[in-house]
Amino acid sequence: MTAPLEDLLRTAFPDASELSVTDRTGGGDHFQVVVESPRFAGLSLVEQHRLVYDALAEPLADGTIHELRISTRGAA
Amino acid sequence: MTLNEQIKDTIESEDVVLFMKGTPERVLCGNSSRALEALRSAGASVVAVDVLPDPAIRQELSALSQWPTIPQVFVKGELVGGADIVQELAESGELKTILDDRLGEGWEAAQREERVVAIGPSSPLRLV
Repeated sequence: MTAPLEDLLRTAFPDASELSVTDRTGGGDHFQVVVESPRFAGLSLVEQHRLVYDALAEPLADGTIHELRISTRGAA
Repeated sequence: MTLNEQIKDTIESEDVVLFMKGTPERVLCGNSSRALEALRSAGASVVAVDVLPDPAIRQELSALSQWPTIPQVFVKGELVGGADIVQELAESGELKTILDDRLGEGWEAAQREERVVAIGPSSPLRLV
């Protein structure tokens, strides 16, 4: 269940130095994503998370993702 | 007032607004609970808006804030973030800094009790 989401994130953040999607509950709809990317440099956390939401807009809209936890970091 | 105007009015007129599922007394979502606890830990008394009574509240809010999920935290009219961000900021101490910056010195003394504001298409803005 996590692979399609990971693909969407890889497409959106091709230069990510860290990228992971975890099924938090095993139920296939509560996810934790971690993205570390130079694209986040200089952006506020709100702007960083918006980029992640944008990348996952479709699974968020169609209910594939019921709950999403996001952790973002600008790459060192 | 339209729903949109009620939401805007609440965000702009209240210091700290938490759009959540449920109320502080009866939180109906783990993420709303995380955001509420983070704000409490920083000493902020929230004005809470329950989005569950009407799906249109959430739609209008997300269109306005460009933020797709609930909860959403606003300080002085500006989106601070959802549960993850607010929790992260609380743990790093930055949330306190944001509150100090935006609310000005002495904000803690001026805090009122947690309140719930009801928003609805037909009801005027009212305090519960």
